[in-house]
Amino acid sequence: MKPAAFDYVRADHLDEVLDVLGREGGDARIIAGGQSLMPMLNMRLAKPKTLIDIMRLGELARIEREGGNVTIGAGVRQAALLSWPELGEALPLAALALPWTGHAQTRSRGTVCGSIAHADPSAELPLVLCALGGEVHLRNFKRRRRVPAKDFFAGMMATSRADDELIEAVSFPADLNRCAFREVARRHGDFAIVACAAVATKNGVRLAVGGVADMPVVREFPRLEASALDDALNLFAYELDARDDVHASARYRRDLVRMIGADLVREVLS
Amino acid sequence: MSRLPAGQRHAIGFTLNGKPCGGEAEPRMLLTDFLRHQVGATGTHVGCEHGVCGACTIEIDGKLARACLTLAVQIDGCAVRTVEGLAPAADRLGILQAAFKRNHALQCGFCTAGILMSLDNFLRENSRPSEQEIRDLLTGHLCRCTGYTPIVRAALEAAAEIAGDVSRENSHA
Repeated sequence: MKPAAFDYVRADHLDEVLDVLGREGGDARIIAGGQSLMPMLNMRLAKPKTLIDIMRLGELARIEREGGNVTIGAGVRQAALLSWPELGEALPLAALALPWTGHAQTRSRGTVCGSIAHADPSAELPLVLCALGGEVHLRNFKRRRRVPAKDFFAGMMATSRADDELIEAVSFPADLNRCAFREVARRHGDFAIVACAAVATKNGVRLAVGGVADMPVVREFPRLEASALDDALNLFAYELDARDDVHASARYRRDLVRMIGADLVREVLS
Repeated sequence: MSRLPAGQRHAIGFTLNGKPCGGEAEPRMLLTDFLRHQVGATGTHVGCEHGVCGACTIEIDGKLARACLTLAVQIDGCAVRTVEGLAPAADRLGILQAAFKRNHALQCGFCTAGILMSLDNFLRENSRPSEQEIRDLLTGHLCRCTGYTPIVRAALEAAAEIAGDVSRENSHA
């Protein structure tokens, strides 16, 4: 339970981060709050040759609201977002989900972007990003690009980030205010057995489900009568690539999606 | 930018419970091991080493942190507080510690160091917490022998005392 050896780079400028990533690519990993990466290092599921610490870069620790979007830099800790005065009004879904993201003792260190970079299929922040249709801002030494959430997550702890790219920030649309969130976990703050987020859209509801497949799954539902909604959710749950693990069976997970999904859809449309 | 090469020990300077402190560590050394084996501050306990059990919870720059999910090299220049900083003097317990003792809020004591640090941090900013808030905070810790009921009772009692609702002067035993 001790990490393998690595060089530790304490970056003072963003250029240095991009330079090291450009030269060392997949052998280097960014460390921010460390709440996802450190367990991987301790268990030697990750053995980078170089760790690049970005937490001394003040420019990455900003939360900015402009043009209907909230942009959260790579250095913003989860606790900082949770205590941001505008959170409840600008990103109510994040306000609902963040208390379920780890514990107070890990939110004080863990970053928003770090959780999204880690792409655990049961994590709340990737789910919120998918439910709201946010974007991931990637940058390497020569260019920047923005990837929509639906194209960013690529599977269990896998993303479309290239080895030389830094997640500079993530942005969430701030105009989706009718929303609901619910999670079932063995202990509050542990990884979700199932987590669901629902957002009212122009024509109905967007439902996002985490903890079931290898990444968050999003489905749009039109406004439906009660029985038609139950049928649609039943089909959705059936089509999910649910898996058994020590915490819950695939069947139990599908049941939770049907029950929680129905509750949340009614909640946001009521 | 500074690059600390693997396999070499690097100087780290920080404050521990308000006093200047230092040591040397390889980049891969966890803060738990650094505090215990290099500094000799064994109050911080090592449990699961992946951030789940909470036994190693400490404060870095006033914020709670799992020492097992922190590298020793990351605390260079930081202010670190550990359970050793809670007692006002070597032969006296702090308010929270005394409440734990009165309420039998510990048996083996393995989880206690981390729980005390979480509660100490929380009570500083939440002087009149509800039982639910204390229980929410304690979800970040695992206790496998005492059970949480006396821990919650001790926390609420300490909160009342810190807020000035109850005076227990001369009752630190």
